[in-house]
Amino acid sequence: MINLSPKFTQKLAWSSIWTAGVASVLILLFIIGYVLTKGLSAISPEFLFTAPEGGLSGEGGISSCIVATLWLILITMAILIPLGIGAAIYLAEYAPDNKFSRLIRYSVELLAGVPSIVFGLFGFAIFVLALHFNYSILAGALTLVCLLLPFLMRSAEEAMKAVPQYQREAALALGATKWQTVVHVILPAAMPGIITGITLCVGGVVAESACLYVTMGGSAAMPTSFLSGGRTLAVHVFYLAMETNALDKALATGAVLIILILILNFITRWLSQHFQAKMSGGI
Amino acid sequence: MSRYFVDRVSRRVVYIFGVVAFLILVFIAIFILKESLPALKELGIVNILFGAKWYPSKDTFGILTMLAGSVVTTLLALAIAMPLALGCAIFLAEVAPPHIRNIVRPAVELLVGIPSVVYGLVGMLILCPVIARLSGTGSGSSVLAAAVVLAIMVLPTITSISEDSLRAVPARYKEGAFALGATHWQTIHHVLLPAARRGITAAVILGTGKAIGETMAMVMVIGNSPIFPASIFRPARTLTGNIAVEMASATGIHESALFTTGLVLFILVLLINSIGLLAYRRRA
Repeated sequence: MINLSPKFTQKLAWSSIWTAGVASVLILLFIIGYVLTKGLSAISPEFLFTAPEGGLSGEGGISSCIVATLWLILITMAILIPLGIGAAIYLAEYAPDNKFSRLIRYSVELLAGVPSIVFGLFGFAIFVLALHFNYSILAGALTLVCLLLPFLMRSAEEAMKAVPQYQREAALALGATKWQTVVHVILPAAMPGIITGITLCVGGVVAESACLYVTMGGSAAMPTSFLSGGRTLAVHVFYLAMETNALDKALATGAVLIILILILNFITRWLSQHFQAKMSGGI
Repeated sequence: MSRYFVDRVSRRVVYIFGVVAFLILVFIAIFILKESLPALKELGIVNILFGAKWYPSKDTFGILTMLAGSVVTTLLALAIAMPLALGCAIFLAEVAPPHIRNIVRPAVELLVGIPSVVYGLVGMLILCPVIARLSGTGSGSSVLAAAVVLAIMVLPTITSISEDSLRAVPARYKEGAFALGATHWQTIHHVLLPAARRGITAAVILGTGKAIGETMAMVMVIGNSPIFPASIFRPARTLTGNIAVEMASATGIHESALFTTGLVLFILVLLINSIGLLAYRRRA
């Protein structure tokens, strides 16, 4: 065996590690750059504000998909936010340290790993069939609530746990009930972390496709209520690429998706930096 | 309303909310099992699990080829992702200067947020043509294309958990190695990596769980033929893809067989993630 000097192996290792680090950034830049350069040119007001023709035609714009995506975000968040924050309050503030709490924590972690398409099957069986919501935005939204709940719970719980113990004690010492402490002390202090979690979940709604593909029916028509079917932007990309072979339109829709994700990512980052500066800056 | 009354009521309400996640998990198991029963009864679990033929028109539903498709694609993806992810984790935890780290880490995190369909689309347009030219046949929709796309998608998971575990190694280990005259790389290789091996194992297992559940990107680049993945240049079909491709047109026993596919996937992922979580907890 060749005996390499420690200095040489160090250099060799360093260059491989740097390559790995730089490669990951290049992969990201390549994907984003490719979709944006190929897709942006096809985005026009006409593309954004006309409905897709649907069926086997790749013609038309993406207006109905934008509307379906917005509906979906609205309904999902309306249910997810109270549910997720409430559940996180329970885990962070009320849950005793016993077997039952550990079981709940464990199921949250397991639920976070269940594949999207399995949530889709579940949503199809319970919301589409058993509860007769049919293929609809509501069925998709409820499925997404199940899918995203563990993520919001974890980020909200983490944010609440980071609130210093003495703040709780001070509130209780002033005669506040536990719930008053939660509402007036813990939630405001944990708000930046919770809002970051919510923004990430909105990103999840925008990016998700598999579980919506089997619960929303994929109609290209403009949704008229939350009980009509529809397709989100992400699902539209799938239909365009797989069924109509309209790859230029798929790229344009993909570019819209990437821009949305980048904006949400930017908001998340700005929020956490802004609040961090605010909370540590004054003292 | 007295504030004590509000306090009592809200305690109950958050308790109920807290249990919802557990209930969802139980309901998923119940509903998917319930919808699988017709196929399980009619065909038998053995015929479904070990049947190599999937002909919905002839009521033959064996998922062995898809099981193989999922496993082979996932293993190949891990083999591609591992060196990159581990390199990236070491880079972020030990090597990168802070200002570079502040570029690389958000970039890796952003990879999580990019929609699955965008990965699929880029795979279709860039990767498949290259693979078609390399292999000389077909459209390039293949196990290899799926594995490369999947490798990029699990990169952030494996990287962030591995980085976490490397950072969790007590500083005195590193200082001890330095004091003995080891170079930085020798310290990483002989001290940090062995000390973090449980966490890195957990990272790989949790990455496996994520990879096996990926759906839309796989459907877009793997070709979806329900055949054994005999060559990485040939098409195949994953368990997830089987559900997505056929769900819209399936009825009766066919639909039930798709739920059985989902049941197998669900159990597989629960097993993998339970092991991964256990390893993650014991990493210290």
